[in-house]
Amino acid sequence: MSDLISQNLNMVFKTPKGETVHALKDLNFTLKKGELLTVLGPSGCGKTTLLNITAGFIRPTSGTITLNNKEIDGPGVERGMVFQQGALFEWLTVSENVNFGLRMKKKDPIETQKKVDEWLEIVGLKGFGNTPTYQLSGGMQQRVALARCLINDPDLILMDEPLGALDALTREKMQSLVLKIWKETGKTIILITHSVEEALLLGERLYVMAPRPGRIHKEYNLPFASMGLKKDLREIKKNKDFSAKREEILEMIWNMEEEIMGKEI
Amino acid sequence: MLTQIVTFLIFFAVVGCILYGRRLIKTEKVDAVFGNPERALGGTHWVIVGSSFLLLIWLYYSWDIAKGFYPKSANELCQVAKVNDSLLGLKYQFPIEQRELKSTSQIKQENKNLKKISIEIQNSNELNNQQKTILIGFISKTTQLIPLLTNEDLIENETKQKIIEITGRINLLTENFQKLDYPFETEQELNDRLKAVGEEGGWGITKVNAGSGTIENTIEVPLIPATSRGLKFHTAAQELNLISDEFFKLRNHNPQFKNKIKDLKNEIKLYRKSLDDSQEVASTYAKNIVKIARRIEFASIYPPNALNKMQEAIIKFDNAQIQAQGGLRFIDIFLFPAGTIVASGPSCSEQGSGRWLPKPSDTFNKFILMSKPSVGYKDIPLLWIKMVDVSKTIGFILPDWIADILPGEYPVHTTDGIVKQNFKGSVLKVVTGDFKLFKIPVPYGHIWDSFMRVFLGLVFGIIIGVPLGLFMGLNRFAKGFFDPLIELYRPVPPLAWAPLIISVLGIDNTGKVFLLFMVSLSIMIISARAGASGTQLSKIHAAHSLGASKKQILRYVIFPNSLPEILTGIRVAVGMCWGTLVAAEFLAGTTGIGFVENVAKKYFQYEVIWITIFIMGMLGLLFDVTLRKIIDKTIPWRGKG
Repeated sequence: MSDLISQNLNMVFKTPKGETVHALKDLNFTLKKGELLTVLGPSGCGKTTLLNITAGFIRPTSGTITLNNKEIDGPGVERGMVFQQGALFEWLTVSENVNFGLRMKKKDPIETQKKVDEWLEIVGLKGFGNTPTYQLSGGMQQRVALARCLINDPDLILMDEPLGALDALTREKMQSLVLKIWKETGKTIILITHSVEEALLLGERLYVMAPRPGRIHKEYNLPFASMGLKKDLREIKKNKDFSAKREEILEMIWNMEEEIMGKEI
Repeated sequence: MLTQIVTFLIFFAVVGCILYGRRLIKTEKVDAVFGNPERALGGTHWVIVGSSFLLLIWLYYSWDIAKGFYPKSANELCQVAKVNDSLLGLKYQFPIEQRELKSTSQIKQENKNLKKISIEIQNSNELNNQQKTILIGFISKTTQLIPLLTNEDLIENETKQKIIEITGRINLLTENFQKLDYPFETEQELNDRLKAVGEEGGWGITKVNAGSGTIENTIEVPLIPATSRGLKFHTAAQELNLISDEFFKLRNHNPQFKNKIKDLKNEIKLYRKSLDDSQEVASTYAKNIVKIARRIEFASIYPPNALNKMQEAIIKFDNAQIQAQGGLRFIDIFLFPAGTIVASGPSCSEQGSGRWLPKPSDTFNKFILMSKPSVGYKDIPLLWIKMVDVSKTIGFILPDWIADILPGEYPVHTTDGIVKQNFKGSVLKVVTGDFKLFKIPVPYGHIWDSFMRVFLGLVFGIIIGVPLGLFMGLNRFAKGFFDPLIELYRPVPPLAWAPLIISVLGIDNTGKVFLLFMVSLSIMIISARAGASGTQLSKIHAAHSLGASKKQILRYVIFPNSLPEILTGIRVAVGMCWGTLVAAEFLAGTTGIGFVENVAKKYFQYEVIWITIFIMGMLGLLFDVTLRKIIDKTIPWRGKG
């Protein structure tokens, strides 16, 4: 049982003005081992809050969230995180970034080096080990971030809009990479995204979240991720089923946004 | 010699570079429109022109070009200046460089004074009518004195004779002056003079002798005439001094005048005696009237045409001496810009830019001289090394209490008066450095002292400031607790602290290092704090997820992330420390570059002042360039994260 289980998760923030914001309300879900969950929603729906709670950076106001029956009460190696902007240590080289976690744990340097080479090959950065990270392009930086996270062999990988800052072409390549890694390692992955297409393509399961209060609005089980493992991603996008789902979700989000805007004006 | 070569080199460099620049414009493809910053790229040849111009201006305005090409010109101009100086008093009597005769202007002035005083008396409320009448009477009597001096019929024969005699002497001098072999020097005199000239030395620093010479032995302008032209002027100046003395001894006092002024003085004296203390105002006015009468008595007032012959003679001589100057006048005009050589009494000096702007050649020579460790400045070399036994360092590092805490007692002398050494005593010798090992070279001197002060102040500032700053950037308590302390002392200009710190901690190194420590500490704290608080949260989150501990995050994430700010802080701190140090050394101290400049200022050693300015500039530049290199090497990711 290495499931991620959330029970009645609530998160309430206080703004500096004294208003209370219900970022998450009564969130209940279970994520089985090896599942790829994508989370979609308009801004302010609590996606990142959910991820931060799962990573252990913040504590929920009430409710529990457990991984492998262990309550999450702080950041840990078993939950790796990939950020939107890489959050790489630009003063280190690619391999130094990748082996950061193992170095901090004072693991055997030779073994570490072997692992680094393996992972660099998997993410397609073979031979870039000694390159300073600030010289890499955005896509390459995300590959380093992926390798840096995966080398620690986490049970759960949290991705906070990892491909949000990339151009369309690089993004497509990276989407394949994420799927490839998911398949090869069998890790549980939660991926947050703004892009409906990405959420559909990558998510084995998809949560569409709604704001005020942040909650799971709708849940989908999707076939496209498994299809993507075998087929070209672009082919899937032409799929009729895919287009229908995309339109449906887009409309759902549009309505949510309109609701918010209407309230504000 | 060197100056001449350098001047020519600079000249050709400037011309060559300008020609090259013009040709480059013609051959270059013009694809950059106005406003395109690319048009400012390159241009080393203009750098050469720019620096050459600076050097050229320096050479020119410090009169080094004059010194290089006409080394005797200052000496000759000194002799000319002597003549001008001697002639000045006589010339002022006549409308030669003035608008009117000295007699005329003096009469005008005293009449004006008398009129002013008379109006004052008439309008005064503190004087009664009787007093007023008496005082006005004195004034009119004083006014009547003047015509007695200016009446041609009253002038005495003796005075006339004297004037004719003086005029004759001037004319004779002019006649002689125009002769080629004036002043008819004998072989013996010539040899003596040339010997004296040789002993006196040349203009500026010409003889650099580190063995015997201290640096104070330079001559601004040599006085003894070195050339025959110079001698001519020198002798004429001496003769003119005698003539001038003769003239100013002469008084145009005829018997009538003498009687009148004697009566007036007596009258006023008696009147003032008759007044009591309550009539002080009247007494004061009477005193002032007597003063004017005395001025008239001692002024050289003559009848309008009495000195005509003498005026002609002086003009004739002046023309003759100007003619005799010949090419020297053009050297004076063109090679001594913004000033010239001026004589006052027997001595000559540079007046103008050549005075405060030392000649490059002089500066260079003095620098070479000062660099010699045996000369240095105030018996301390600028930068040298001495051999110091390693034991001194060991004794300095090991604390003395190591010996104190050992069991046993220090040796006590016996009744025979012998001291037997024991183990505890031996240990004390080691920890105090009282033993011989081997010697290592250690730098010392003014430059080293200044450098070490900056270095130590900076190092202490970094050691304490960086951890404290990082801590303050991450911890609310630390920020709140230390902020008032820093914000209280930081806005005060560091030099404002200097008098206090120097008087508490002494004028030696401790005070200055502490002052610089204060300067660098606040800068380092602020930069380290900015660096720490500027760390992206996602990086810290990432490090947490990767399993790093708090310490590791501080060491491997927050510290390297703040490094750009810290290094920039160090660069700023070095500049601040360097500026503060020099000023602190000005205030008090016995070594250091600022000290050298301060002492040089007291003795008007302009060369030394400029040398210290150059040294400070060079060291400051060296620090900055080194730090820039270090910054480029250590944080290449800066601005690219």
